[in-house]
Amino acid sequence: MTANELVWRIAGGSGDGIDSTSQNFAKALMRSGLSVFTHRHYPSRIRGGHTYVEIRAAPEEVKSRGDGYNCLLALGDSFARNPQDEAYYGNEEVKPLTENLDDLREGGVIVYDEGLLDDDDVEDLDERAEEEGWHVYPVDLRGLAREHGREVMRNTAGVGVTCALIDMDLDPIEELMSERMSGDILEQNIDILNMAYEQTAEKEFTHDLTVPEGSHDEDQVLVSGSTGIAYGALDEGCRFIAGYPMTPWTDVYTIMTQNLPAMGGISEQVEDEIAAAALAMGASHAGVKAMSGSSGGGFALMSEPLGLAEMNETPIVLVESMRAGPSTGMPTKPEQADLEHVLYTSQGDSNRVVFAPGTPTEAYDQTRKAFEIAYNYQIPSIVIYDQKLSGELVNVDESFFDREPNPSLGATLTEDEIEEAAHHASGKFQRYLHDPENGVSPRTIPGQKGGRFLASGNEHTPEGHISEDPANRVAQMARRERKLNAIRADLDGREQSNQTAHGEEDAEYGILTWGSQQGTVEEAVDRLNENGHSVKSLGVSDMMPYPEDEVIEFLESVDQALVVEMNASAQFRGLTQKELGRYGEKMTSLLKYNGNPFEPHEIVEGFETSINGGDLDSETTKFVPAAGD
Amino acid sequence: MSAFSAIGEERDVDQNEYTPGIEPQATWCPGCGDFGVLKALKGAMADLGKDPEEIMLVTGIGCSGKLSSYFESYGYHSIHGRSLPVARAAKLANPDLEVVAAGGDGDGYGIGGNHFMHTARENHDMTYIVFNNEIFGLTKGQTSPTSPKGHESKTQPAGSAKDPIRPLSLALTSGASFIARTAAVNPNQAKEIIKEAIDHDGFSHIDFLTQCPTWNKDARQYVPYTDIQESEDHDFDISNRREAGEAMYEAESALYEGEVLTGRFYKEENRHSYGQEKRSLGEMPEEPLAERYFDDSYEWERSYDLLDAHK
Repeated sequence: MTANELVWRIAGGSGDGIDSTSQNFAKALMRSGLSVFTHRHYPSRIRGGHTYVEIRAAPEEVKSRGDGYNCLLALGDSFARNPQDEAYYGNEEVKPLTENLDDLREGGVIVYDEGLLDDDDVEDLDERAEEEGWHVYPVDLRGLAREHGREVMRNTAGVGVTCALIDMDLDPIEELMSERMSGDILEQNIDILNMAYEQTAEKEFTHDLTVPEGSHDEDQVLVSGSTGIAYGALDEGCRFIAGYPMTPWTDVYTIMTQNLPAMGGISEQVEDEIAAAALAMGASHAGVKAMSGSSGGGFALMSEPLGLAEMNETPIVLVESMRAGPSTGMPTKPEQADLEHVLYTSQGDSNRVVFAPGTPTEAYDQTRKAFEIAYNYQIPSIVIYDQKLSGELVNVDESFFDREPNPSLGATLTEDEIEEAAHHASGKFQRYLHDPENGVSPRTIPGQKGGRFLASGNEHTPEGHISEDPANRVAQMARRERKLNAIRADLDGREQSNQTAHGEEDAEYGILTWGSQQGTVEEAVDRLNENGHSVKSLGVSDMMPYPEDEVIEFLESVDQALVVEMNASAQFRGLTQKELGRYGEKMTSLLKYNGNPFEPHEIVEGFETSINGGDLDSETTKFVPAAGD
Repeated sequence: MSAFSAIGEERDVDQNEYTPGIEPQATWCPGCGDFGVLKALKGAMADLGKDPEEIMLVTGIGCSGKLSSYFESYGYHSIHGRSLPVARAAKLANPDLEVVAAGGDGDGYGIGGNHFMHTARENHDMTYIVFNNEIFGLTKGQTSPTSPKGHESKTQPAGSAKDPIRPLSLALTSGASFIARTAAVNPNQAKEIIKEAIDHDGFSHIDFLTQCPTWNKDARQYVPYTDIQESEDHDFDISNRREAGEAMYEAESALYEGEVLTGRFYKEENRHSYGQEKRSLGEMPEEPLAERYFDDSYEWERSYDLLDAHK
């Protein structure tokens, strides 16, 4: 934890503009020279319900949400349903205040809209404020907004008050407003912003929290994991997407759909996820780089098309945006419990590539690799991530995206090449030759002269003809399996590994994690080392084919490893033991599956407990001790 | 220059070009109606002068799914019920392809029913042939969505309690713009109907009655049949949705009473295909998307140019 940080939380109801207000505020902080990281918490409701966005800002790189936060803007929930405490969902009117107090740090600042929130309804506010040293500023934000514009502008008033309290310059906020609004709306918002700022600045403050100062070496952009995935796909020449809405996958689907038409691409919203995956395959088969995706339940429907893509060797990329399961689970809450589902779903032996990026930039890089490998090796590639990575926003150097596009269809022949290629005596193109060493037998595209073949989900001969001949079966299975070995060697031979190491190489202890928990683990590692421990971490992204060498090297080099993941059955630890066949005695699991991602302190405390002993399970996390092999 | 030179002008094609050199003899049972579909399809494609390599034939699973093994073209033998989503995406990716999908009544009206409804609704410019034999054949004679009420089988030992699906009416309600029924026993009509279906700019649905001599011995062999266009008893306007609907209802009911009514039931001339609709909204490129990947001079767009919204 850095002492010099602002962790601002804006809370209200769904539909109150929390998302857009927080995004602009995050951009303003970024423009002012700070690094930012956001964490979004929302219910599965269109209107009302408790929702918040947290923005952590500091002069140095921010990789994770913080431990709690230090500044609250509690707007009223204008869609609150239940004004009574005894209601099933509690008194929703005061939730923007009450639901957020537990996480507020000692000495924190509270701004709330006294135009909508009655503090008489929050019984112990004064008492708790005194105990915790909170500084409470009730302001009639609604009144201010009504007077100078419209009631919905109370968010702007709240931002104005916050800026005055933490001594933040209004310029970047006004700039952002001018870029997005115009006319009366803009004028009123600017008025309200300044009015709120000036009224507050006149008051006397009891707190000493101010916005940190920082600067960037180059221009920054604010991106999420979903942006990373979508932009990676676009830069890899993906111009076709098919999907069906489902939280949280919808983010990627929407970004693609908003950009594809202008790029001469096609987006299809279809009847179900079986169709979505099948459409992506049809488009890819006909010569277009294509993708689809969903979240847990929708991805389950894609199982059979996924198996077909393995069998008829159609290059496709699918993304799986995990949320808490089983079944409908908790639609807007993150979890990493679909790993085994994604690795093994569909009948027969798995033959696919699965990447789990840890950050928005890794999401971009690994989505590009997923496409490159899918088309070079004619295999389905899956990018698995979760609601946390999907929605979190971080600042990235603008130049990061200054890359060359790669629209290559990979192992695909042109008509000239087809003329030279192997054909069966019948004239059929030999699409599935037995002998390629890396397993890849190049394909043709319908409409090409001399390229006709049969693509079948049945086992097939080199020209695609259905066959149950044992020798052919073994040859085809062996060739498809060779692709995975070739992909592993290809990935291992690259300059940049998908696995992310952090900390000193000769550290005594290790923390192993995968996917979206990487940044939080890295922050925990830094804190542990500051506390005098000797710890390093490895964030693993290659789920299939598994990066054996890198993980073995890591595990061999440490005395003990803590495996951190967001599920109840330690799926990644299980995968690691299965793939490596040992190290069961070295790995202790720290698990969390309550719907909220890890906070750094939970990993710090979990690590210390795993080393020193103590009460193993906390209120929010669970231990699975190391076991023999 | 197109990267797909098999696609192009009509040419003289010998029917034999659609007969594969590997296993040219289909493994269907003697007397199976599926032979009739294969023959009619070959005849229609030859009459239309289609190069085998400009055709993408997507099939489902079952005896009917083997059609792509016995018809020489780019073939795609997909999974049970999913031929339509594969086929329609191929058409979007490369609208110059001649896309035909085919499957059985279980495949199209049962497990793939959702795709049938939605593909018809979207009115893709493609042809869908449903082999309707009122039975699950390859799995040895279970009751199918078009089996008559009371049909007894190992999976419905007391006889089916369900009324059969009304495939023509379903296609009409869903939005297909060309709907016909033909029968394997009527090869000339079948060929002509397939030609019209392919020529039609929109989703063409053909309910193709294919007798199953092995597992549906009790069923009629779809003779005698009546061509409704040639019968004075069935005078209606196939461009009139209401009249078409009534004719379909009658034909669907009559089938189970021993009367086989075949012919064209509905044709909507002026409706735009899905591709036309998408292009008019600016959501689909004018040039086939598949060509772009073979065009070395194309300047590919970059995400770097989308970053203004992120600053």
